[in-house]
Amino acid sequence: MIERFSGLRNTVLLVSVFVIAGCGGGDGGGGDAGAADAAPAESPVDAATAGNVSGMVTFSGTAPMMAEINMGSEATCASKHSTTPTEEGFVGGENGGLANVFVYVKEGLESLSFPTPTAAVVLNQDGCVYRPHVLGAQVGQDITLRNSDGLLHNINASPTENRGFNVSQPVNMDTNRSFPVAEVMVPVRCDVHGWMMSYIGVLDHPYFAVSDSDGSVSLDGLPPGDYVIEAWHEQLGTMTSNVTVTTGGTAEISFEFTEAMAGSPVPMGEPIDLLHPDGHQAVDY
Amino acid sequence: MSVLQSSSPNGLSKKLRFSPQRVVLRALLLGASLLVVPGDLIAQVDGQAVYDQWCAGCHGEDGAGAGPAANTMLPRPRDFTLALYQVRTTSSGELPTDADILKVINEGMPGTAMPGWEEVLTEAERLALVDYLKTFSRFFQGDPPTPLDFGRATSGGEDAIARGEEVYQSVECWRCHGQEGRGDGESAPTLNDDTGFPIFAADLTENWRFNGGGEVEEIYRVLRTGLDGTPMATFSDIVDAGVITNEDLWSLAHYVRSLSPEEEPSVEEVVTAQLLTDTPLPQTVEDVVWEEAERFYVPLSGQIVVQPRWFNPRVDAVWVQAVHDGQELALLVSWGDPSESPDTLWTDFGGQVVTTMGSDDEGAATGSGTADQLVVQFPQQLSEGQERPYFLQGDTRNPTYTWTWQSDIAGAFESIARGMGTAARQPDSEQHVRATAQHADGQWKVLFVRPLDTGSAEDLALTAGQAVPMAFQAWDGDNGESGSQGAVSTWYFLVLGQPTPVAVYVAPPVALALTLLFGLLVVRQAQVGSGMWREPDATARAKRAAKRKQLAGMGVGVIWLGMAFGSYQNSRAGWEAGHADLGFWWAIIGGLLAIAGLGALIGTWIHTRTSK
Repeated sequence: MIERFSGLRNTVLLVSVFVIAGCGGGDGGGGDAGAADAAPAESPVDAATAGNVSGMVTFSGTAPMMAEINMGSEATCASKHSTTPTEEGFVGGENGGLANVFVYVKEGLESLSFPTPTAAVVLNQDGCVYRPHVLGAQVGQDITLRNSDGLLHNINASPTENRGFNVSQPVNMDTNRSFPVAEVMVPVRCDVHGWMMSYIGVLDHPYFAVSDSDGSVSLDGLPPGDYVIEAWHEQLGTMTSNVTVTTGGTAEISFEFTEAMAGSPVPMGEPIDLLHPDGHQAVDY
Repeated sequence: MSVLQSSSPNGLSKKLRFSPQRVVLRALLLGASLLVVPGDLIAQVDGQAVYDQWCAGCHGEDGAGAGPAANTMLPRPRDFTLALYQVRTTSSGELPTDADILKVINEGMPGTAMPGWEEVLTEAERLALVDYLKTFSRFFQGDPPTPLDFGRATSGGEDAIARGEEVYQSVECWRCHGQEGRGDGESAPTLNDDTGFPIFAADLTENWRFNGGGEVEEIYRVLRTGLDGTPMATFSDIVDAGVITNEDLWSLAHYVRSLSPEEEPSVEEVVTAQLLTDTPLPQTVEDVVWEEAERFYVPLSGQIVVQPRWFNPRVDAVWVQAVHDGQELALLVSWGDPSESPDTLWTDFGGQVVTTMGSDDEGAATGSGTADQLVVQFPQQLSEGQERPYFLQGDTRNPTYTWTWQSDIAGAFESIARGMGTAARQPDSEQHVRATAQHADGQWKVLFVRPLDTGSAEDLALTAGQAVPMAFQAWDGDNGESGSQGAVSTWYFLVLGQPTPVAVYVAPPVALALTLLFGLLVVRQAQVGSGMWREPDATARAKRAAKRKQLAGMGVGVIWLGMAFGSYQNSRAGWEAGHADLGFWWAIIGGLLAIAGLGALIGTWIHTRTSK
C-alpha cells in the first residue's frame, strides 16, 4: 500500500506504540500502558463490568419511494439480483424498522483509547452495489475495497477530515485503504455506476453498529458510564440520545425517525477548522 | 523556502513554438529559474496581495473557488480549501508538492479557463502564491508530501501502441472515455466532480486540452496519480496488484497519446476545396475522398456577445474538408460531440450544466434536450475589398447566407440572417443545399453539397479561384445549448481550387531554353569581339558582331522581363487563392527577373552606344 496521510503519520505511530506496549487484546486485564500524558492511556475494557446498549431504530410515516436501478448495460451485475435492484438511500424493514442507520458512541469515551484492529473490514462491490451500504471502521484499520464483479469500478472516497482517494479496480481484486482521523461519515461513490453510494463511519473506538433490516442495533462491551449515542441516516439526518450504562446492564435506546425529517441536513464529517492567518472566514461544507 | 523545487522544464517543450523570440524568452526564463532565489526576496512579496489581485476574481478571496467570475466557468475554479489538486506527482489523495502547484500556476490548465502565469507574474510572486494557496487548507500544515518515482518512459512505437490499446480495453477506459476516446462512454453522462458539478470525460483525441498535460509522460503521470476531485481514478493499485505491468501502463499512455495528432493543429485562415478531376464528388461522409482530403482545424468559442450568452460550449472546434468538381461543392464538417441530441441519457447532465451556469441573461436556456445544430455561414454578397458581415450572422446592412443542419431533421436548409437568431429560411423552391449526417463514437460528420452557382441571386455564387468568407457555429443540445447559446468561430476563407494552367508547366522550360540560347549568343559574340573568332573583313566583322550583340542582349532582356511578368501573374493568382506563400515567392522571383531583364536592356544599350 502506498504511504499516505503523512501529516498524521506521527499520531498513527504513537497509537501503534501504545498497541505494542499495551496488552494487545481488546478485553484483557486492566493493564496500564505506562504511556505519556499526551494521549489517553490505552484502557482495555473490563469484561466483568461492561454493559451494553441495545434498541431499535424505526421510521414513522410514508416511506419514500426508491428509484429502480437500470442495470441494463451491466448484464453481469443485473444477473446477480433476483429482483430489480433499487437505490438504497432509504431501506425500511419490518415493523417500522429502519435499516442502514449508523449508531455510535459520540461522547463519553474521551478518556480511553483503543487498539487498532488487525482484521480489516470489507467494502464489497457485488452486483454493482456496495455491500454493506453503510459500514464502520476504526481509525487506522484497514478497509478492504473488494471488487467481486470483474468489471471496472472506481472507489472514490471524499472525506472532509481525512484525505480522500479514488482507486480504479477493473478486475476482481482487493485494495486496502485506511483513514487516520475519526470522521462520521465518509461518502464513497463509484463514478462508473452513478447509483453506487456507500458511507463509512470512522471512529477512534469500537462502539458503533449499523441497524439491520428490522431496525435493531446494539453496542456491546461498553464500560459503565454516561454516553451520548448518535444515530445517523443518509437522508433523514441525525438524532442523539443520552444513556447510562450500568455494571453488567443493558441500556435501552430508541431512535424514531419520522417522515418530517426527510431533507434534514445530513452531516458529512465536521466543518474543517480553517486556520487561516488573515482572518478569512472559515468555510462550512 | 528558498530554492526552487520545481520550475522544471516539464511540459515546456509542448509550448515551444517555432518563434525565435519565444525560444529566446523561454531560454532566459529557464536560465533564470535555475538560479537560487534568495528567501528574503520571496519574503518581500505578499502572496495574499498577488492572490487578491490576480486570482480572487475566479477563485474567490476565501479561496473556495467561488469568485465573481466563477459561474461562467465549467469546470469551476479550484476550491483551495479542499486541498484537492488534479495535477500532482503524488499518490491519489496526497497533497501536491510545491513544484506541482507551481507547474499549474506557470502553465495553466489546458482545456479550462485557467491561464498560465509564467510570463505575467515574477518568479518570486508565483512562489509566494504557492505558499499562500497552502494557507487555505490545514492539510498543508503536516509534513510535505513525497512525490512518486515515475521512472522513465518506455520507447513507444507501434507495438507499444497496440499493447496500449489492449490495456485500454481491459482496464475499461472506454466506460467513460468511449471506444474511440471522444468522451462518449456510457458512464460519461453521469459524471460529477467532488463538489457536485457536472464534468466531462476528457476527449482523448484532443491532447492539447488535457488538464494534466498531453504528452506521454504527463498522461502516464495522470494514470498513476489520478485527477483528485474528479472521477479520474488512480491506476497505480492495479500495477501494484500485478493486474497489469508498469510497462503496460506506459503502453496505455503511448496509446492515449496516439489518439491525438502529433502536433496541436494549427489554424489556417484559408480552407481550400481541392478540384476533383478524375473522381466523382463524394456523396457520403464515408467516401474515400475524405481520407485524402486536407483537414482544416477551426476552433470555436462560446458566444458571449449577444444575450443570452453561453460560456460553456461543448464543441471546441470543427474539422473542415472541402472538394469540388467544377459543378458542385462538397463540404464535410466533423466535430466531437458525445451524444446524438436529444438523447435522454444526457438530459439530466445538460440540465445540470444549465443550472450550474446559472445565467441571468434574458431568454437563457432553462433546460436541455434540444437538437444538435451546425451552421455554415457566408456573406450573402461579396463586397469589394475586405469588408465582411458581422461574424454573428451579420446585420441589417450586411446579411449572411447560411446553411443550417439539425440533428432532428433530415438534410439542411438555406437562410438569410440579419443578426444572431434572425435567420429566415428561404422558400422551399429556392433550397439548393443537401446534407447527410452521421453520428458515431462521439463524433458528428455532416456533409453539405451545393451547386457552385444555384442560379439564385439570393445565394452566394462560388467561383473557382475566388476567396469567400466562411464561418461556423455549433450547438450541443444535450449540453443545454440552443438559440444564441452555442459556439461560434471567426471568419475564415473558402477557396475553390482551379485547374493548374498549362503555362505553369510549359513556361519555365521555354524561358530556360531561350535564355540559354541568347546567353550562348552573347558569349559567342563577345568571343568574336575579342578576336577569338576569326573573320576576313575586320570592319564588317565588327559591325556584324556589334549588331548581333545588341540583338542578343536585347533578346535576353525582353525574355527576362516576360518571365518577370509571368511571375507577377503567378504571384497575383497565389495571393487571390489564399496561398500567401506562393504569392510572396513568385513576387520575389518576378522582382529579381525584372531587375535582371532591365539590367540586360540597359547594359546592352550602354554597351552598343559606346561601342559606336
